Amino acid sequence: MTTTDNTTLGAESPLIPGMGEEGEKLTVTQATAAPARRATQGVDSRGSRPVSRELSAFPVLTGREEDWRFTPLKRLQGLHLPDGDEGRLTGAAPSVTVSELEGVRVETVSRDDSRLGTVHTPEDRVSAAAWNSFSEATVVTVSGEVSAPVRIDVVGTGTEAAASHLKVVVEANCRADVVITHKGSAVLAQNVEFELARDAALNVTSIQAWDAGSVHVSSQQASVDTGAHFKHVAVTYGGDLVRLTPTARFADERGEAELYGLYYADAGQHLEQRLFVDHNRPNCVSNVLYKGALQGQDAHTVWVGDVLIRAEAEGTDTYEKNQNLLLTDGARADSVPNLEIETGVIEGAGHASATGRFDETQLFYLMARGIGEDEARKLIVRGFLNEIIQKVGVADVEQELTDVMEAELKIASL
Amino acid sequence: MATLEIKDLHVQIETENGPKEILKGLTLTLSTGETHAIMGPNGSGKSTLAATIAGHPRYEVTSGSITLDGEDVLEMEVDERAQAGLFLAMQYPVEIPGVTMTNFLRTAKTALDGEAPSLRHWTKDVKGAFEALQIDPAFMNRNVNEGFSGGEKKRAEILQLELFKPKFAVLDETDSGLDVDALRIVSEGVNRAQAANEMGTLLITHYTRILNYIKPDHVHVMVDGRVVESGGPELADQLEAEGYARFEQAVAAGA
Repeated sequence: MTTTDNTTLGAESPLIPGMGEEGEKLTVTQATAAPARRATQGVDSRGSRPVSRELSAFPVLTGREEDWRFTPLKRLQGLHLPDGDEGRLTGAAPSVTVSELEGVRVETVSRDDSRLGTVHTPEDRVSAAAWNSFSEATVVTVSGEVSAPVRIDVVGTGTEAAASHLKVVVEANCRADVVITHKGSAVLAQNVEFELARDAALNVTSIQAWDAGSVHVSSQQASVDTGAHFKHVAVTYGGDLVRLTPTARFADERGEAELYGLYYADAGQHLEQRLFVDHNRPNCVSNVLYKGALQGQDAHTVWVGDVLIRAEAEGTDTYEKNQNLLLTDGARADSVPNLEIETGVIEGAGHASATGRFDETQLFYLMARGIGEDEARKLIVRGFLNEIIQKVGVADVEQELTDVMEAELKIASL
Repeated sequence: MATLEIKDLHVQIETENGPKEILKGLTLTLSTGETHAIMGPNGSGKSTLAATIAGHPRYEVTSGSITLDGEDVLEMEVDERAQAGLFLAMQYPVEIPGVTMTNFLRTAKTALDGEAPSLRHWTKDVKGAFEALQIDPAFMNRNVNEGFSGGEKKRAEILQLELFKPKFAVLDETDSGLDVDALRIVSEGVNRAQAANEMGTLLITHYTRILNYIKPDHVHVMVDGRVVESGGPELADQLEAEGYARFEQAVAAGA
């Protein structure tokens, strides 16, 4: 059985006043008992997508593919190798700088290093193009106490289609905060793998702060071992087109994954996030919250949240939510939560999606305390976005992001 | 002394079946330093009165007036009413994700006073108010009302009452859902605010219980959108003993 919601709100749709309401096209069918394994094997299931390092496993894109239907392929600037499987992404890869810290080992390795690809396998054509194109990768290994956040700066200086590969390993019982900041100019296809050993904790923030005109397609996959805790916060506001596909899988029972995201689209930007939580082991927990703000003509955001609870994943507890705030006319937010449940023996599974203007009850509350309408609206928008910024858990990064959002809000004609 | 005057107020709301009149000619005068209790059964319009005074957009005033020292309150925006000195302690305080109490309190105080409070005094006032209402100081860094229990939300409303120092406070069923200890703490907060600022208080409640802690000068019985009887504190005792039945029957007989 498949549970599917579809919420699309945009320039031509009426706005829903208030964030508390579900989308209009809400249809829900919920598996009440354990059905057959059919869903994972069926064509529509998230679990049935091709997973391969071979480009040939992913035919040249037409734009009609389920997972590419929202993406303007013309604006990918060749990252999808439209001319065939012989092509490669040959532009200069962005520089990768990692802060030097005790307990953290940083290596630049060749593409045949045996550690690469143990967690990550491409699930779409751009990711496969990146896998087949990169020459060197960066491997960051956390093996001891780390006193400060690990900062990984990925800086682009070119506009030719390029590929990059990054791996972060957190060894057993270790914990680390990792902040990956993408900036500069780039046309980049990127694969990132996060490997969490037993009882490891990784708090990673991926910031997409690209210069205007940049294109970034990033597949970020995590493997979460037993007792491990993975937190991923994706913050996107720069670039012409950014498409992120964060994926969390479990290597054993009792893993936890939290996936958070914040995207702020201005006029003309296409910011897309498609996450996948693959509950492939029993007794794991996941929580997803993505929030988007949009302003300006043809600002377009896409959020697709795929959560698959496989038949063997008894005891799963999962929740996913996406909220979008349309600040001006002319913007469009697509929001599609997909929850597939193949066993009824779970702790909980839920999803929600809401797109709208402001919560009028919040506005009334603030104004009833003397705060003027304009300021109250800004406070609400800030608060809306802060809920994600507060998840970052690294004070100076939270401050940086708060400043960025303040600057974005100044642009908004609130 | 300031006066809040409500005259022959008629208020309606939009429903699925068209407009419905809730307040049907309510008249009430409140001066600073006074405490008025408005009591009445469910559906009598008590919360509508509170929301209308604060300017909630859902409630449409079709006739009558509300004035504050002669100024037309109905002409004011919601924030202007607060700036003029009106405060509504809400029955269901709203959660505002991502806005910390600290930020909210300072922003509101700045808007109400027209200037930012002096940092030193403000920090001390806030700390004192948290202590007096026995709210965990950790709540300063929590988001407004988010994850607060029912009792904590009510305490946070009274905290604002103490910090914002309004001329008039409307307490919309502030006592509902409070246990006896919380009721005492909240009531003491209201009494402190009244003593400190000569505040006028409009106390809306179902139950006489809170009147053991906050002593009203006047008690009004509200039934079907009107004040049907006014008196001193003894009227509350009478309600405690007899309930609202007598008034409801009188209204039904008159209708």
